[in-house]
Amino acid sequence: MDAKSSITFTLNGKQTTLEADDDRTLLWVLRTDLELTGARYGCGEGPCGACTVLLDERPVRACRTPLWQVAGKSVMTVEGLAQDGKLHPLQQAFIDHGAFQCGYCTSAMLLTAWALLAENPKPSRPQIVAAMDHVLCRCGAHQRILAAVEAVAAQASRRPS
Amino acid sequence: MNQPVMPGRREFFLKMGGGIVMILAADAPAFAQQRRPYPEDLNAYLVIARDGRITVFSGKVEMGQGILTSQAQMVAEELDVDLDRIDMVLGDTDRCPWDMGTFGSLTTRMFGPALRAAAAQARLTLLDLAAHKLDVTPDRLQVSNGVISVSGDAARKVSYAELSQGARIAHVVPQKAVLRAAKDFKRMGQSPRRLDAVEKVTGGAKYTADMRLPGMLYARILRPPAHGAKLIEADTRAAEALPGVTVVRESELIAVLHADPEAASKALARVRARWENPPTTKQTPENIFDHILAAKGEPRVIQERGDPGAAKPAKPLSAEYRKGYVAHAPIEPHAALAEMHDGKLTVWASTQTPFPVQEQIAQRLKLDPKQVRVRVPYIGGGFGGKSASEQAIEAAVLAVRTGKPVQVARTREEEFFLDTFDPACVVQIASGLDAQGHISHWDYTVHAAGERGAELLYDVADVRMRSVGRGYYESTAAADSVHPFAIGPWRAPGANMNIFAIESHIDTLAALAGSDPLEFRLQHMRNPRMRRVLQAAASAFGWKAAAAPSRRGFGIACGMDAGTCVAVCAHVSVDVESGEIRVRRLVCAQDMGIVVNPEGAKMQIEGCLTMGLGYALSEELRFAGGRVLDRNFDSYPLPRFRGLPKIESVLIEDDTIAPQGGGEPGIVCTGAVIANAVFDASGARLLQLPMKPERVRAALAALASA
Repeated sequence: MDAKSSITFTLNGKQTTLEADDDRTLLWVLRTDLELTGARYGCGEGPCGACTVLLDERPVRACRTPLWQVAGKSVMTVEGLAQDGKLHPLQQAFIDHGAFQCGYCTSAMLLTAWALLAENPKPSRPQIVAAMDHVLCRCGAHQRILAAVEAVAAQASRRPS
Repeated sequence: MNQPVMPGRREFFLKMGGGIVMILAADAPAFAQQRRPYPEDLNAYLVIARDGRITVFSGKVEMGQGILTSQAQMVAEELDVDLDRIDMVLGDTDRCPWDMGTFGSLTTRMFGPALRAAAAQARLTLLDLAAHKLDVTPDRLQVSNGVISVSGDAARKVSYAELSQGARIAHVVPQKAVLRAAKDFKRMGQSPRRLDAVEKVTGGAKYTADMRLPGMLYARILRPPAHGAKLIEADTRAAEALPGVTVVRESELIAVLHADPEAASKALARVRARWENPPTTKQTPENIFDHILAAKGEPRVIQERGDPGAAKPAKPLSAEYRKGYVAHAPIEPHAALAEMHDGKLTVWASTQTPFPVQEQIAQRLKLDPKQVRVRVPYIGGGFGGKSASEQAIEAAVLAVRTGKPVQVARTREEEFFLDTFDPACVVQIASGLDAQGHISHWDYTVHAAGERGAELLYDVADVRMRSVGRGYYESTAAADSVHPFAIGPWRAPGANMNIFAIESHIDTLAALAGSDPLEFRLQHMRNPRMRRVLQAAASAFGWKAAAAPSRRGFGIACGMDAGTCVAVCAHVSVDVESGEIRVRRLVCAQDMGIVVNPEGAKMQIEGCLTMGLGYALSEELRFAGGRVLDRNFDSYPLPRFRGLPKIESVLIEDDTIAPQGGGEPGIVCTGAVIANAVFDASGARLLQLPMKPERVRAALAALASA
C-alpha cells in the first residue's frame, strides 16, 4: 500500500493534481486533503447518497469512488455550485422553498437535481421524484425539495432556448 | 406548568469598565423542569457589542428544527432590532446558560420565555439608561432597530451600542419587563430567511465531522458483534504494524487511530478479537412482546377516575396494540472531535445534551467540569438519538491519552448498532359502548413505551390508565431490562405508540357505534382546542361524514403533545393483493398557541408526518438477541421521495396561548391516522406497527375468514 501516484482531474472547474494512493476513496480525499467537506459521509455503502458529487456531470457516490476513477475527469462538489459569490438558481430555490432542515443531505440533493436538469431541463414530476429518490432525507423536507426543483425547471423552460 | 416561575429579585452593584456604576436588576424566568434554573442575569443571554451587533447565547442546539432562527426572532422582537444584527452562539458550555438539552419540544415553550424576558429586560434597562442620558422621562422614548430617540425630536438619540459599550448591562430598573403581546409583533410571527440557509446550500455549514485541527487523528473503535458480548482477547499487533497507527487500550475501549480516516479503518480490520457472545435466541422481533408482557414491575396508575372495573358495557371492545423497535437513523452519524490544550479539554460534538455531556466527560476523566468545554456545531438530525453521546466521551478519552486532537465519527453500522432505539412496546385497552352508544369505560395499560401521550382526552367517566416499565428512561444496564440493547427517547417518545393505540381504539368504537369517526370524537371531546383542530383538519381535508369502513380510505386521528393540539386526516389506498398501503394525502391542523415562525412550524409538521410514515409503514429493527441485524439503509427502509403523500398543514391562530411545542406534536398521530384510513378502506384493523404488507395481508385474510 501507499503506492502514491500523481492524479490530475478538474475539481469545480480548476485543474487539480494530487500525489496520492489512487486506491483511496474520493470522499475522504475531498474531505481531508482538499478540505471540501460539503460532500458528507452518511452510510459508506451507497444507499443514502449524502456523499453525492458529480463526475463528468453525472451523480456518483463519492464514498464508493476510488480516486483512480476520476483521473482526467471533471468532479463537481456543492462548493462549485455558486459562481462568483452568486447562488445557483437551485440553491436559491432551496432557500425560497425551505427545502432543508438539518442540511446534512442538502449538498447531495442540490447536485442530484443539478444533474437531472442538465440532462433533462423540463423533467416531469415523476422524473424529478425518480431522480431525487437516490438521496435519503430523514428530516422530511422531501415535499419542499420537489417543489424547489420543479420551480427551477419551470424557470428554465420559460427561458427561450 | 408551562408558565415561567419568577424567582425573587436580586440586585447588586457593578462597577463598569467605562467608569459607569450600574445596578443590575436580575429577573429572568426559571423553570421547575430544569435541573438548574435558567440564569436571572440578562447578560447570560446576550451581549451588545460596540459595533451594535448582538450576540445571543443559548444552550439549545440546531439540528434542523430551525431554532437558530426562531430564537433570534424572539430576541429581535423583544429588543427591537433587526434580525441581521443578531449572531447566535448555540450549545457552547463555556458561553451559554446551562441547559439540560434540546429535546421534548422545549426550546420555544420553556427556554423561549427566559430568552424573551432577558431581551425585554435589556430593552427596558437600556431605555432607562437612555432616559438619563437624554434627560427625558422613559415614556417619551422610542426604539427603532437598536436606536433610542426622543419622540418628536429624533435628533436626540443614543444607540444600544453606545449605552452598553460592549460590556455587561448592569443597571437597576425596578419594574419587570412585560413580554410583547402577539398583536404587536413585528419580528415574531414572521417567516424570515433561515439564518443557516446560505451555509446549508453552499456546503459551508460545518457539522462536527467537518471540523479540522492540525495534527488530528481519526479514531476507529473496536465494537462487539452483539450487545452483551464479552471480550475474551484482542490482538492489535497486526494493526500496530501499519505505519502511522496508534492503538489505545483502556479497559473496554480499544481504539485504532491514524491521520487518515481510511487508514484507521484498514487498521481496525486487522485487529483480531475473540468474543463470548450472548444467545441470539433470547429476544427476537417475534417474542419480544411476550418478554415485555412478562416483565416484572408494578404498574403505576397515571390517571384514574370513577370505577372502570365495574363497567358493564352493552358492547365490550378489548384489543392489544404492538410496535417494534425503531431506529433514529439521522443521516449524520454521531461524531466528536476533542482537543486538550493548556489543561483545557474542548470537545465538539453532535449532541443534543452538551451540558450533561460536559459533566460526563469531566467525571470519566476526573476533571473539573470547568476544564471541559463542549461545543455543538450544526447537527445533521437528532430526533432524540443524540441525547446519548458516548462518542464525545470516547473522543475526549482518546485525545487525553494520545495528546493529539482526535475525531470519533461513527460508521453507519456503528450508528445502527449503538443507537438508543425507540422501544418495542404493548398497549392493552379494555373499553366498550354503553346502551346509548357512548364510551362506557376506559381501562388502559401501556407496557414499555412510557406514558407520554397516554392520557385520555375524551369525556369518559370511568377511566384507569396504568404504565408498566419506565419507557424510554429504562436503563439497559438494569438486570431486569427486557430490551437486548439500549433504548431511549425517539421523537415524541411514547406518544406515537400511545396515540396509535388510543386513536385506533376510539376509531373502532366509532365503527361499533355506527358513527362517523369525526362525529364520534366530537361527541366525546369537550376540550375546545382539540375540537377546533379536529374541525379544522376535517374542513381542510374535505371530510364528509360516513361510518367506517366506507371504502373511501379516509382516516382521522388527534392528540396532544408538548402543549400543542394536533389532528390529522389521511387518504390511503390499500392493494389487497400485495397488502401495500399507499398514503395519498395527509392534512394536519395544529394549535401550538402563538406561532413564532409559521413557515418553520409548517416545516416541522411536514417533517413529522414524513418521518412518521416510517414508523407507521416500514421501519422495524431486525435483531437476534443483542445482535443488531440492520446495519445500513439497504435493509432498514426510511421514507423517501417515491410514494410520498401530498402533505398540507393548517396552523390555528391562537394568540391567547403562549408558544407551545412544535418539533414533535405533528408526528404523534401518523400511525393512528393511517391505521384508521386503512380500516376505512378495507375493514381490516391493523393492531401492530409498522403496517408492513404482510401484516396487512394477514389482517385482510383474518377479516375474510371471520
